[in-house]
Amino acid sequence: MKIQLSGWGNYPVAECEVRRIYNLSTVKNFVLKNDNLITRGLGRSYADQSLNSSGIVLENGLNRLLDFDERNGILHAESGLSFYDILKIFLKKGYFPSVTPGTKFVTLGGAVASDVHGKNHHKEGSISEHISEITLMLADGSIKKLNPDMDLFWATFSGMGLTGVVLDVKFRLKKVETSYIRFKSVRVKDLDELMAVITENDKNFTYTVAWVDSLAKGKSLGRGVGMFGEHAKLEELPDKLKREPLKFVERRTLSIPFYFPSFLLNDLTIGLFNEAYYITHGTYEGIIDYEKFFYPLDSINHWNRAYGKRGFVQFQFVVPEDKTLIELFESIVKHGGGSFLAVLKRMGNQKGYFAFGMEGWTFALDFPVKSGLFEFLRKLSRKIADKGGRIYLTKDAILEPDVFRDMYPEWRDWKSIKESVDPSNKFQSDFSRRLGL
Amino acid sequence: MKALILGANSEIARNFSEILAEKEHAELLLGSRNEEDLDRTARHLRLKYGIKSHWLKFDATDYQTHKGFFEKTLEILGELDLILIAFGYLGDNEKGIFHFDEARRVFEINFLGAVSILSHAVPYFMERKSGTIIGISSVAGDRGRRSNFIYGSAKSAFSEYLSGLRAYLFQYGVHVMTVKPGPTRTPMTEEMDIKSSLLADPYKVALDIYRAYKKKKPVIYTPRKWKFIMGIIKHIPESIFRRLNV
Repeated sequence: MKIQLSGWGNYPVAECEVRRIYNLSTVKNFVLKNDNLITRGLGRSYADQSLNSSGIVLENGLNRLLDFDERNGILHAESGLSFYDILKIFLKKGYFPSVTPGTKFVTLGGAVASDVHGKNHHKEGSISEHISEITLMLADGSIKKLNPDMDLFWATFSGMGLTGVVLDVKFRLKKVETSYIRFKSVRVKDLDELMAVITENDKNFTYTVAWVDSLAKGKSLGRGVGMFGEHAKLEELPDKLKREPLKFVERRTLSIPFYFPSFLLNDLTIGLFNEAYYITHGTYEGIIDYEKFFYPLDSINHWNRAYGKRGFVQFQFVVPEDKTLIELFESIVKHGGGSFLAVLKRMGNQKGYFAFGMEGWTFALDFPVKSGLFEFLRKLSRKIADKGGRIYLTKDAILEPDVFRDMYPEWRDWKSIKESVDPSNKFQSDFSRRLGL
Repeated sequence: MKALILGANSEIARNFSEILAEKEHAELLLGSRNEEDLDRTARHLRLKYGIKSHWLKFDATDYQTHKGFFEKTLEILGELDLILIAFGYLGDNEKGIFHFDEARRVFEINFLGAVSILSHAVPYFMERKSGTIIGISSVAGDRGRRSNFIYGSAKSAFSEYLSGLRAYLFQYGVHVMTVKPGPTRTPMTEEMDIKSSLLADPYKVALDIYRAYKKKKPVIYTPRKWKFIMGIIKHIPESIFRRLNV
């Protein structure tokens, strides 16, 4: 079945032969009968990560629960299970994912392939630190159980599906008393204040993130809102909410029904949006539900269509030094090219051959696809590499092999591991070919 | 309620099992050929919905085992309220025309296998004077079409069998429902050269089946549009139909 596929950014788009895994018994057959394939979860990576124009895209339909250890909160499930499913099933039992990405619509397999991180990265690390075992099917059809003592485990996390098919995962959920968050937001007027408020509150909050206006210039450069949260205890809830403390939120109020025409997406309109956002998100303390805190964009169905048919590129990098962040931020604001919402966060170190996280600042923003964009982003990525930083592969649409290799010097070691488990390069994608993996 | 799901590893059956577990808190016994998948699905249902679930290996064409299979089912469940026949085999139409083995396989799985297992279930339901039999047939059975008539005629036989059985069991208070899905996104249609947008979502199909079961409908088409489409197709005169590339 040939389908036009893309990542969440709707750029690039590729016609791919898509097949679906429905049963465990058929996975081995697929793997043995095909010599060019990549698995795909819910397609939330941004660019060509799960596209394969020259082979097969294998959609993951395995989503069964296998076991749940209530005492330790360890969920053993098939890789197609999503964070949405996990919340729907386990929130009412008093469990929450120990790490969650910014959208619920990601599968466990995808979470492994991207080694996803969340608002608690600085305190609790990425998901690889909360998974004790994964079951991987290799190119020869054999099945291996991987744990953190094995190199292949760390090559599979952030490995973009290139080491094999992740069949199932043992993922730790954390025990929570409520599904609410004790929330604090602080509005600040410039970048220095923003960085300071994040650094200060990071010490006291498990979850932190900041929204930054990437268009405001001059004195308002880097104005934004810092957002901090902690799982609320039962006693912290107002009486009204105490009646249903572990409520699952099924909120999908808005939907963007069509692609916005590209003329709507310019610095002026996006700037106005940012202004409105800044004004309406002030300094506040209170209790909000997990959906609002962790998944604000999920409430807008198809929000990616707001960027128009040409799509957008999400650019996320991490750099170790404050001054590098400031320099890069200033270049981005100077260039314009707009973005609805830019995100700033502190990160901690992360293990893995292609691990993204490092001690420093991570910054993420969207750029509607326009001419000149790629040259600009490539220049920025060269600078990022030179300053010891890197780009998050799950979002990348622009990297070329040379800069990629500078950012991820362990690529050689990763490649030897890859060659040992997949000598004929069976698991490949448009992404792997672009980066020369 | 207690239900027997045959062809349990198939996509419509899997979704239907989830719905029964969710909405009826049913106790289920799953039958299919692949044991590992059966075990995983049974465990999943248990973990997710807190229901009791069991499984037994079931092969539609191994007719001799069907009596023992049904007896074992009753032994495990104690009693039975519903049986779902969801196993099927599309086959290769071209191959089936010229190679009888393929046609035979299509008929055995889609039709004879069902008749065989039901020959053991029917007396049980008759004695109880209650129960439901749901057979998943197909729109393909409404008319023999050039691209698909081996499968189509087998399903046609199944539909007529269910129709007669429905009348036969009516006076015993046993309900027989015929389900006619249009093309659905399942392993059966993976190989077909058909646009994915034309394929129905198996969960929606399963939900339609559940709702129709609750309303005790005799026949349903799912998605509903197929009722009208097949209504038209059935009335095209043969002299014209034989020329169409439908």
